[in-house]
Amino acid sequence: MSFAQLRLDGVTRSFAGHDALTDLNLTVRSGEFIALLGPSGCGKSTALNCLAGLLPLTRGSIWSDDTRLDTVQAERRGFGMVFQNYALFPHMSVRRNIAFGLQMRRLPRAEIRRRTEEAIRLVRLEEHANKLPGQLSGGQQQRVAIARAVVLEPALVLMDEPLSNLDAKLRLEMRTEIRRLHQSLGLTTVYVTHDQEEALSLADRLVVLREGRVQQIGTPEELHTRPANWHVADFMGYRNLLRLRADDRTGQDEVVVTGHGLRLVGTPVGPVRAGAEVIAGVRPEDLRITGPEEGVPAVVEVVEYQGREVAVEARTADGVQFNLRTQTRPTLGERIGIVVDPVRLLVFPADGTDADGDDRPAGEPAEEPTTGDSR
Amino acid sequence: MSATATPSRTGDPTGDDPPGGRAPVGVRVALRHRLAERGVDRQLLLLVPAALFVLVLFIYPFGYGVGLSFQPTEGGPFATYQEFFTDAYLRDTIWTTLSLSLPAALLNVAASVPIAYRMRGRFRGKRLLTTVLVVPITLGTVLTAQGLLNFLGPTGWFNRTLLAVGLTDDPIRLTNNYWGVFFSIVITGFPFAFLLVLSYLSGIDPTLERAAATLGANWWQRFRRITLPLLAPGLATTFCLTFVLAFSVFPSAVLVGDPAGTTRVISIAAYDAAYVQYDYPMAATIAVLMGLVELLVIAAVLGWRALLYTGSTAGGKG
Ligand SMILES: Nc1ncnc2c1ncn2[C@@H]1O[C@H](COP(=O)(O)OP(=O)(O)O)[C@@H](O)[C@H]1O
Ligand SMILES: [Mg+2]
Repeated sequence: MSFAQLRLDGVTRSFAGHDALTDLNLTVRSGEFIALLGPSGCGKSTALNCLAGLLPLTRGSIWSDDTRLDTVQAERRGFGMVFQNYALFPHMSVRRNIAFGLQMRRLPRAEIRRRTEEAIRLVRLEEHANKLPGQLSGGQQQRVAIARAVVLEPALVLMDEPLSNLDAKLRLEMRTEIRRLHQSLGLTTVYVTHDQEEALSLADRLVVLREGRVQQIGTPEELHTRPANWHVADFMGYRNLLRLRADDRTGQDEVVVTGHGLRLVGTPVGPVRAGAEVIAGVRPEDLRITGPEEGVPAVVEVVEYQGREVAVEARTADGVQFNLRTQTRPTLGERIGIVVDPVRLLVFPADGTDADGDDRPAGEPAEEPTTGDSR
Repeated sequence: MSATATPSRTGDPTGDDPPGGRAPVGVRVALRHRLAERGVDRQLLLLVPAALFVLVLFIYPFGYGVGLSFQPTEGGPFATYQEFFTDAYLRDTIWTTLSLSLPAALLNVAASVPIAYRMRGRFRGKRLLTTVLVVPITLGTVLTAQGLLNFLGPTGWFNRTLLAVGLTDDPIRLTNNYWGVFFSIVITGFPFAFLLVLSYLSGIDPTLERAAATLGANWWQRFRRITLPLLAPGLATTFCLTFVLAFSVFPSAVLVGDPAGTTRVISIAAYDAAYVQYDYPMAATIAVLMGLVELLVIAAVLGWRALLYTGSTAGGKG
């Protein structure tokens, strides 16, 4: 059941009256790698399970070109899925796990054998083909799960945080592996993760979710440089989020923001009215440290060695905290000046409807309201 | 905890040894570690009194009974065994008991599987339904027998309904014969089988079936290829337990059965030997044979179980 376009139309799923996923509209083109990104509990797995047919929709529809898909049962959709805990059949060998889907299709025995061996080779598990999943390491189990899903050459591969149970080194290796498989097999992939770095490096397009709602859909570059709102900015590594007020002298391309003894110039994103409350965001690496006579005066409080760079925390006299990254190592208690590039300081309207943001002290990184994990 | 401050106690993570103890602390800790390396847990010694109790209360009478069975009132040491197997009235009790307990245990396990399978998820009223299914445990055999007589007896509701509807002209005999005992065993054994199967089923990772669904398996294939193989060892254990319960059936065989004929089970034969004929060696012999038959059946089932996959029922890490 391959397609040119897979369309999600207002897909909504609620549990006991509470919407876990609200009005998801998304078009997946054949061959694309889409990442669903968001903090734990934001509805990523719900979206994936709806796509796989493991969860019925509450509202909305899913279309494979012109065929309606959301009424089709999971076993007839022909989508491959890689589960977060891998869900390998513990009583079957690696080979039988991988062959399972082919056997369900009642393919000829010779073809099953050929394609199974091919898939085993693809994920480099030749020596382990006769072992049970319990005898494999986490990374090997992961590869079995991927092989089992892709051996059917599915029209769409769904992956639910496939790397979250692996250690850091293996995670990087498997990330490359997944991208390699996606490209060499010409797969269409929807990939769920809470790790923005993983999503940025893997995906052609990202869908950022928050509390079940889409915040932004775009390429990695778009999300990195132009987050649509401060929630996305927060998730994309804008660690300095300051609750300030737009000054009256606010123009089209530049906005002056003040508060907490600060006076900064930034670039407005979205409708920023003069005098309104705003949230100004900037990445640690976009701040520059100079001498105390220039920029915002602050005192160095924490210095953290991170390989080639140094992460620095500094605080102004009014108690606003800044996160910075530099090449040179300042000393603790040193008085510095912080210079902000107006192009890199993004000024978002503060959403007043948001109960969690209103009393947040300026300078603290915004905390995502966690709705709790489903697991 | 600072290791340099008390160098003599570095090997003692708990620090619960009395400070005035005469033996050097290091030696005592080392002993515990040496024991632990050999898989000996000193706290298991607390089980010794219980083990003694079991020994005195069960093993001794058991040994006594086995000994008694080889000391018949007349003849050689195997005389009672010979008598048991030559006397058809005695010998056939084994067959009678097996023909009741094996099908009953099988039916209990077989009926538990689909019901527990339907009930493995979460749904409204699950607790109530489970309670209703499990109530027969609390009733006991005698009450169950009483209920069966009222329900299935010649003038019970069941036959009266059949007569009223006109399906039969004569009441169907369902009590005081094989079927009465069979129903009674099934009713009392089912809750055990059901509870066990349900708990084995809920131990199987539900994402496995969902994974099988995304691989194209329909519900029957998911059950047959994923759930059943993972459940089978549990079913074997469940079968053994319900079989043992059914094998020693006594009250219902008397109350709703035909204790002189078709439902003369082995426990009745033992009772007769001991309390009607006062032939204790024969009673002991029957008891020993009862245990042997049970052991044979269980050994066969567990032997089959050993051929199955019996490892973890989770789908992976995390
Ligand atoms: N089966 C369920 N029953 C009730 N609530 C659920 C269920 N599955 C998920 N939820 C809720 O839906 C929300 C989104 O869950 P999920 O999609 O698993 O989040 P994510 O995968 O992004 O961590 C959470 O608030 C979770 O509590
Ligand atoms: Mg999830």
